[in-house]
Amino acid sequence: MPILYLYKNPGVMQSFCGPAGVSLAFVQAEPLHVQELGVFVHAGFPSPAEDIGAKRVDLTAQLVKHPQATFLIRARGDSMRDVGIFDNDVLIVDKAIQAKNGHVVIAVVDGEFVCKQLQLRAGRMKLKAANPTYPDIVPREGQVVEVWGVVTAAIKTMQV
Amino acid sequence: MLALLDINNAYVSMERVFMPSLNGLPVVVLSNNDGCAVARSDEAKALGVRMGQPFFQFKHLQEDAGLIALSANFGLYGDMSDRFMSLAAGLGPGQEVASIDEVFVSLDGVGGDLVDRSRTLRARMLKWLGLPCCIGIAETKTLAKLANHIAKAAERKPGSYPAEHAQVCHLGRLSPAEVHELLAATPVGDVWGVGPRIEEQLRAVGISTAAELARLDAATIRKNWSVTLERTVRELQGTPCFDFEDTPVPRQQIASTRSFGSPVTELAPLIQAVTEFATRAAEKLRRQQSHAGRVLVFVRTSPFRKRDEQYSGQMVLPLRRPCSDTHDIVGAALNGLRAIYKPGFNLMKAGVMLVDLQPEEVGQLELGLEDDERPRDRARLMQALDVVNDRFGKGTLSIGSGKPRRAAPSKWETKLERRTPAYTTDWDSMPVARA
Repeated sequence: MPILYLYKNPGVMQSFCGPAGVSLAFVQAEPLHVQELGVFVHAGFPSPAEDIGAKRVDLTAQLVKHPQATFLIRARGDSMRDVGIFDNDVLIVDKAIQAKNGHVVIAVVDGEFVCKQLQLRAGRMKLKAANPTYPDIVPREGQVVEVWGVVTAAIKTMQV
Repeated sequence: MLALLDINNAYVSMERVFMPSLNGLPVVVLSNNDGCAVARSDEAKALGVRMGQPFFQFKHLQEDAGLIALSANFGLYGDMSDRFMSLAAGLGPGQEVASIDEVFVSLDGVGGDLVDRSRTLRARMLKWLGLPCCIGIAETKTLAKLANHIAKAAERKPGSYPAEHAQVCHLGRLSPAEVHELLAATPVGDVWGVGPRIEEQLRAVGISTAAELARLDAATIRKNWSVTLERTVRELQGTPCFDFEDTPVPRQQIASTRSFGSPVTELAPLIQAVTEFATRAAEKLRRQQSHAGRVLVFVRTSPFRKRDEQYSGQMVLPLRRPCSDTHDIVGAALNGLRAIYKPGFNLMKAGVMLVDLQPEEVGQLELGLEDDERPRDRARLMQALDVVNDRFGKGTLSIGSGKPRRAAPSKWETKLERRTPAYTTDWDSMPVARA
């Protein structure tokens, strides 16, 4: 039941009763206005949480800052073990972020997607593995290595 | 002022985002059942592959020139298109989606340098989505289309237009003389709304460029051609005649048709196919909240299979009352199919079209001439069907005459040998990176 505020002529007192028994009375020196507020009144004790307006945590909103530019890519291999990326993990990749030194990135090497840590030093690029048993990738003369996106999170699912 | 944004070689560009190894190679995307080219990379265009050309005519280029031909992956294209449209909306207050890869954006009230803004957005499309696009800006839709064409041609074919118009072309800030020069460099057939037949007629009377077309007076055009071409001419002259439509207009007919993967001669697989097409069409109908009055069903052989005896049959069936009920629509389509089916022909295509569409709230009252029980309102059943299929996948709940979900693929189903995975719409198909 919407609450109606009644602004009335001076001297006249009127009350408005909602079905829940809430009575509202207003006296104002103004012409009559009836204005509907988008509020509903329920009988009984109000929930103490009502004013907090808390919303359940939204995982997607937390992990995806640029929805249009975000893609999921599956990691294969364990060369990134030491930064916590394991075989079969799902990577959240944001193409909107400008890749910086130290970012874990998806790069295109010889037409293939590769997940490595970006190192930019003195204008030279290197793709570092996060596992001592794997070599780093240093672009050869004339080889085009392009950063495709920045990895912002890794998801691993457990056996249940 | 409005802008037209259009993705360059859209389907090929979308494939390349997830298969960077295709960059620099001649690539085509083929229509359903690998029939003909529906998108070509610049390299494939350079090999002479034409838009809509049947695949068998240029199949040899795979071996001769390293051409890569892919089956259309519409799931992927739909998702990339959504992302593109969402970013495009940032350019101005209103948006009219013209097709899967092009969108008009109204620029009313947008301040600042429109060319700068457009270049920034274009760069964002490239970085965020990996998709190259071109932007044309002008006073009317026809001119915006033309500006977009100029932006593309200036980039792809240097020398066709001044290089400053490459990628982003803003006709609205040019002087009338400069616009005239661009129109004079544009063949009349490249104007939006001038098809091959009209182009031929125009050329026959000495009109070969957009500039010459724009000089004609409205009355002459209307008398000799049509009101539509008259509008095109007035739009070229700068008077908006085609409205900007932010709210999508419900379609006047809905079709679900497909070429078969291989010839079908039996009735049983046709019943499955037509059930599926009618089901899809009914779903589309409910999505736009319309009811259909009549159902058209057709089957035909393929004119490309020259040695086959040819047959084409179709029938239009009225529904007892306009509805969007899958059961009633499939029923009508199958009644039609049984009537037009003839054994002994290599049928290659079938389809269902819904016509006489009206908004669902119109619903007509009818006289109780028949004393049968009023049919139960199945709107809620249909709603439940749509919700379940949306959540658990197409065909989870379907009409019994359709193909069982887990049955082996039938002859009529699409051949998709060359299709790339559903990279962005299926959890088990995402791209893989070596780590």
